Amino acid sequence: MSYLDAQFDDNIIIAKVDDLFNWARLSSLWQVGFGLACCAIEMMATSASHYDFDRFGVIPRPSPRQSDIIIISGTVTLKMALRVKRLYEQMPDPKYVISMGSCSNCGGPYWEHGYHVLKGVDRVVPVDVYVPGCPPRPEALLEGLMKLQEKVRNESVVKKSA
Amino acid sequence: MKSAEEIFNILKENFNDNIKELVKQPVDPYILCDPLKINEISLFLLSNEGLLFDNLMNLSGVDDANGMSTTTGSITTIEGGTLSVYYHMESTKFRHKVVLRVSTPREKPEASSVALVWRSADWHEREAFDLLGINFLNHPDLRRILMPYDWEAGYPLRKDYANPEFYHGMKVPY
Repeated sequence: MSYLDAQFDDNIIIAKVDDLFNWARLSSLWQVGFGLACCAIEMMATSASHYDFDRFGVIPRPSPRQSDIIIISGTVTLKMALRVKRLYEQMPDPKYVISMGSCSNCGGPYWEHGYHVLKGVDRVVPVDVYVPGCPPRPEALLEGLMKLQEKVRNESVVKKSA
Repeated sequence: MKSAEEIFNILKENFNDNIKELVKQPVDPYILCDPLKINEISLFLLSNEGLLFDNLMNLSGVDDANGMSTTTGSITTIEGGTLSVYYHMESTKFRHKVVLRVSTPREKPEASSVALVWRSADWHEREAFDLLGINFLNHPDLRRILMPYDWEAGYPLRKDYANPEFYHGMKVPY
């Protein structure tokens, strides 16, 4: 018998719909299996056993239609920006975006002479959490995810969040 | 192992006027060639038994920016002058290396493709086409490689290139 079963046997739990939904959502933020540049290597390291993204319920999905979050992990070129936007639009609501690393936050080292780089992914999709770093350490990405969970925890099905 | 001068003399015997000069630069000496004959010269360098240049190490385009430059406001335009392509190759058997250069007019930059001589030249030529607008004749698949296929603002590595304000509604400058 599991811990939860032992806690509540033969009982009814009363909770707010908001709390239940938010708890379910923030505990299973499935991500689009999608990486762009060197940040993607750190993202993969975060998914691997040492940092274990899965303990937060983050599982890479092969399709945007099964995903809740998209981590923009790397340099967004102008050519890729159109594809990123399409991936985002294919995701079902509610959906969240984590912008990972300097390139996707603001263009990073390509801000001045990067003729092929979009200077920040927030020019094409709305970003919930910006994770700074070049590339960010897995700890930083984990903290970014926890910030996003905090945001989801305070959402409401009645009141629309920003 | 042959020196650049020996290679230059061999090429000169076989291609006469299509081989222009041997320039002894401070770093690597290079041989200036005819851009429309570079495919034949390359095939010769690859197949000649004394040369056997089987490895194209690098192929790069260069904007020489040696034309008339006029600046009005923030816009610079260059007229005339040349664009160049440099070929660095080596022989894995004889361990000798050579550099070729072709120069082609900026208004109509054309050079023969060597993509069918060394397959590694394929993407290098696409890159030079994408960023400098050098047209490689008889290339099997000359498309842009880095910039979007529908990019219409020109060739980014030309010295008179100006980035557009918008691309598909996305603001491009910082």
